[in-house]
Parts: sequence; C-alpha cells; structure tokens
Amino acid sequence: MIEMTNVYKKYPNGITAINGLDVKIDQGEFVYVVGPSGAGKSTFIKMIYREEVPTQGNVKVGEFDLVKLKAKKVPYLRRHVGVVYQDFKLLPRLTVSENVAYAMQVVGKNPKAIQKRVLEVLDLVGLKHKVRMFPNELSGGEQQRVAIARAIANMPRVLIADEPTGNLDPETAWGIMDLLEEINNHGTTIIMATHNSDIVNRVRHRVLAVENGRIARDQEGGEYGYEG
Amino acid sequence: MKARTFWRHIVESLKSIKRNGWMTIAAVSAVAVTLLLVGSFIAILMNVNKLASDVEEDVSVRVYVDLAAEEEDQEALQESLEELDEVETVVYSSRDDELTQVIGSYGDEFGLFDGDDNPLYDVFIVNTAAPEVTSEVAGQAEELSYVADVNYGGATADRLFEVMATVRNVGAIIIIALIFTAVFLIANTIRITIFSRSTEIEIMKLVGATNWFIRWPFLIEGALIGFIGALIPVSIISYVYLSGFDTLMTYLSGTYFALLPPNPFLYQIVALLLTIGIVIGSVGSSLSIRKFLKV
Ligand SMILES: Nc1ncnc2c1ncn2[C@@H]1O[C@H](COP(=O)(O)OP(=O)(O)O)[C@@H](O)[C@H]1O
Ligand SMILES: [Mg+2]
Repeated sequence: MIEMTNVYKKYPNGITAINGLDVKIDQGEFVYVVGPSGAGKSTFIKMIYREEVPTQGNVKVGEFDLVKLKAKKVPYLRRHVGVVYQDFKLLPRLTVSENVAYAMQVVGKNPKAIQKRVLEVLDLVGLKHKVRMFPNELSGGEQQRVAIARAIANMPRVLIADEPTGNLDPETAWGIMDLLEEINNHGTTIIMATHNSDIVNRVRHRVLAVENGRIARDQEGGEYGYEG
Repeated sequence: MKARTFWRHIVESLKSIKRNGWMTIAAVSAVAVTLLLVGSFIAILMNVNKLASDVEEDVSVRVYVDLAAEEEDQEALQESLEELDEVETVVYSSRDDELTQVIGSYGDEFGLFDGDDNPLYDVFIVNTAAPEVTSEVAGQAEELSYVADVNYGGATADRLFEVMATVRNVGAIIIIALIFTAVFLIANTIRITIFSRSTEIEIMKLVGATNWFIRWPFLIEGALIGFIGALIPVSIISYVYLSGFDTLMTYLSGTYFALLPPNPFLYQIVALLLTIGIVIGSVGSSLSIRKFLKV
C-alpha cells in the first residue's frame, strides 16, 4: 500500500531530514510514528501526501508513484489520502458542515450525496448537533473531530495524522484516539505521528521509531520507548 | 467541468464579493473610473475621426478666373474643367457671389468693397470624384488658360489629418496605460483579499482541490467586479452621449458634419466597455492568484 525505498530528503537549507529510509505499510494497518523532536517524523509524513518530495529514493502510495507524480495530479492523490494536522487546518470562514462538504465538492460529488455523507461523518465524530457553528466557536477537541470528519469524508484508504492530539488535553486526546481506532476498524490504514506515550503504550499497534531520519525500530505492538 | 461545480463557483464568488465589502467597492471604483476615461476617450476620438472624414469629403478645388478673361474665355474654361477626368461637378460662383459669402461669414466691414472695388475673383468650384484626386485635378486646372490661381484646401486637410493621427496615437497610448492601471489596481485589490486567504488556499490544496477549482471563484469574482465597474461608466456615457448628440446635431444641422449616430455607435461602445471590464477583472484576479497557487 505505502512503500518507501531508500528515501533521502535534504531541505534546501542543507538539513537532511530523512537519511536512507525504508518502510512498507499494508492496507488496514495502524502505525505509530514516534521519535524525538527533529527526528524527521513530519517530513516522513509529508512525503506520503506529497507536500514534500524526496531528493532521492522512491515513494509509492497505492497506484501513485509520488516521485514521478506531476504537480497537476497531486490533488487526485490527496483525495485518496486523508490528513489530520496538529493545528486542525479548518477553513475559518466556513461552518462545520461546509468544511466537511468542501472536501467533497472538490471531487465534484452531487449536493445530495454530499449532504448525506456530511451528516454521516459528523454523526460518527459526535458533532451532528454543531453543523452550523464556525471553527472558532468550537473547542480544540471538537475542531479536531471536524478535521477528522473532513479527512474521511471521501472514504480515503489512508488517514495520516501528524500529532493529532498534540494540542489537546489527555481526556480529549483519548476521545480522538477512540475515533481513529473506529475508523481503522472500518479498514482504513492509519499512520499517526505522536508524542503521546500513554496512548502508544495502552493501545498497542505497530511502532516506527524514527531517529536521525532513519527507522531505528520497527516493532509490531511495541512500546513508545522514550521518556514520557 | 460539471454544471453543478460551475454553479458552486458562481455562488462562492458572490459570497466572496459580499464578504470583501470595502475591497469590492474599491476594485469596482477603480474599474469604473478607468473605463469612464477610456470610454470618453474612445467616444471623442471616434467622433473627431468622423468629423475629419467629413472634412475630407468636403474638399473641393477652387479655380480662380483671371480678371482678363472675357465671357467666352470663362465658358471655354468651364468646358475644359468639365472635361477633366475625375471631375464630377463644376459650379460657377461670380465675384459678387463670393463677396456676399465673405460678408455673410466675416461681417459687414467687407461691404465697402461692394461693386467695382470688389477685390475678389470669379471662381469655379470643382468637385472631384474622390478626395484623393483633388491635388491632381488642381494641378491639371493650373495648366489651363485664364486661370489666375488654384486652391484646394489640401494644406488644411493634410494638416488636419496629421493632427488627427497624433491625437489618435496619443489617445491609444493613454487608453492602454489606463487599462494597465486598472488591471494593476484590480490585481492589487484582489491580492489583498487573497493574501488574507493564502492559508485557506493552502488548506484547499491539502484536501485535494485542483488549481482550477480554487481559481474559478476568483476569476468569476474578478469578472463580476469588472462587469459591475463597467456598468457605471456605461450609463454615464450613454446618458451624456444621447443628450449631447441631440444638442450638437442641432448646431451641426445644415453643415456637412455629423456625429456618429448612437445606433450603432453607442451600442458598440457599451459592448466594448463591458468586455474590457470583464477582461481586466478576470486578468487582474488571475494575476494576483497565480503566486498563491504555487503552494
Ligand atoms: N521546510 C523545512 N525546511 C528546512 N528544514 C526543515 C523543514 N522542515 C523540517 N526541517 C528540518 O528537518 C528536520 C526534521 O524535521 P521534522 O520532519 O519536522 O521532524 P519531527 O516532525 O520529527 O520533529 C529538522 O531538523 C527540521 O528543522
Ligand atoms: Mg513534527
């Protein structure tokens, strides 16, 4: 499903963020990406939805070859890869339901289907009663739920989350984690970069530890492994 | 593109126009002012052009008859003139007729030349088939006997055409400069509204929007701003031209000169201004969005 071979990423400023990385992730897996700050976790994740292109090596996501993929085709990749960010990245001038709908309008779905699906995913994340609110009227946890709803609206095969609970209190973080678990149970691959040792240690999944731009540890059901 | 997607873009652009209230007004005013100047320029230029060609058509050759010519010499001269190629009509105007005309246009002071003191010549007024051959006909007439002088107003017409060409070139440059200014103003105005939306555009791209999906609402917004901006000068120019046309035409009645009639001229200007408005609006917005799409 996702395959990186011998990947290097050197930023224009000279920093080598990814330094010879190999990994393979199958459809339906739940993978934690852990490691110290600056290890290259975000860069690794950005290469999956092609916000960054490796300077060397290959990245394949489903049938997409991300190194060869033309800039014009990137939107079509993004429709198969849902992304959730630490800072939510919601469109501030759109309501909750409009934010989710936007991701579906982009694909050209018909308004009826959009309306139905928007309510469906907002129900799934528990925000059906707040469809008309604007992002700034919601708590951080609620905003992240909207972001997740948007990310899964088009039924992507992969959901990527870069520290989705980074800005949330522990209890809210658990709510988000439960949601990701449920989405994973429906067959969606989940890749989640996190510093939350509590979650990684309690809900065991495959752990990829990134250090100095390499996979230092790849362990099914592994521990977080760093100072909490 | 699917019809419903296009409809969505239109709705989005209308929302955006409403949301950007003051910026929209600023951009609309920029277009309005520019197009008012452009439109007035074009209206004036085209009419000056028209008047110039009226003058051109009015060019005739005046053949002054030598004072020594007897009546039969005059008749012979008239026949020779009529026989020249390219000559359509020859009209005789005696020195008394000429004096009456001079008094008519310059005033009674010339009345003292009445009778034998009349310093003027008898004149044959020769109209040619085409304005371009007047100088040629004048040259041929000069060769004929009992011709004191030939005058064809060529110098005046030539100078007029020279001035016209200059006016036209300068006008064209000013119009182009104005249009560039408008594009720049609109580009800047929309850029300010887009600038505050650059994170939004980035997010749109992250959820899989193509550049065109993002661009369309902006393009339509620009085109609408240009269109609305053009409506204002279009109504002003239509009103002024229609009322000005009637007034000026009463002055010009009885002369060879006429302004361009509102139908079709006014319609053409209206169509032109609306087109320019829409084009500068959409060009302006696509210029300003270009940078933000390279995320
Ligand atoms: N856009 C960028 N330009 C230059 N350097 C960057 C950029 N993004 C990240 N880096 C650098 O690359 C390294 C890895 O960063 P990152 O992938 O964000 O690590 P992590 O997410 O594990 O903290 C860091 O040294 C960071 O400073
Ligand atoms: Mg990071």
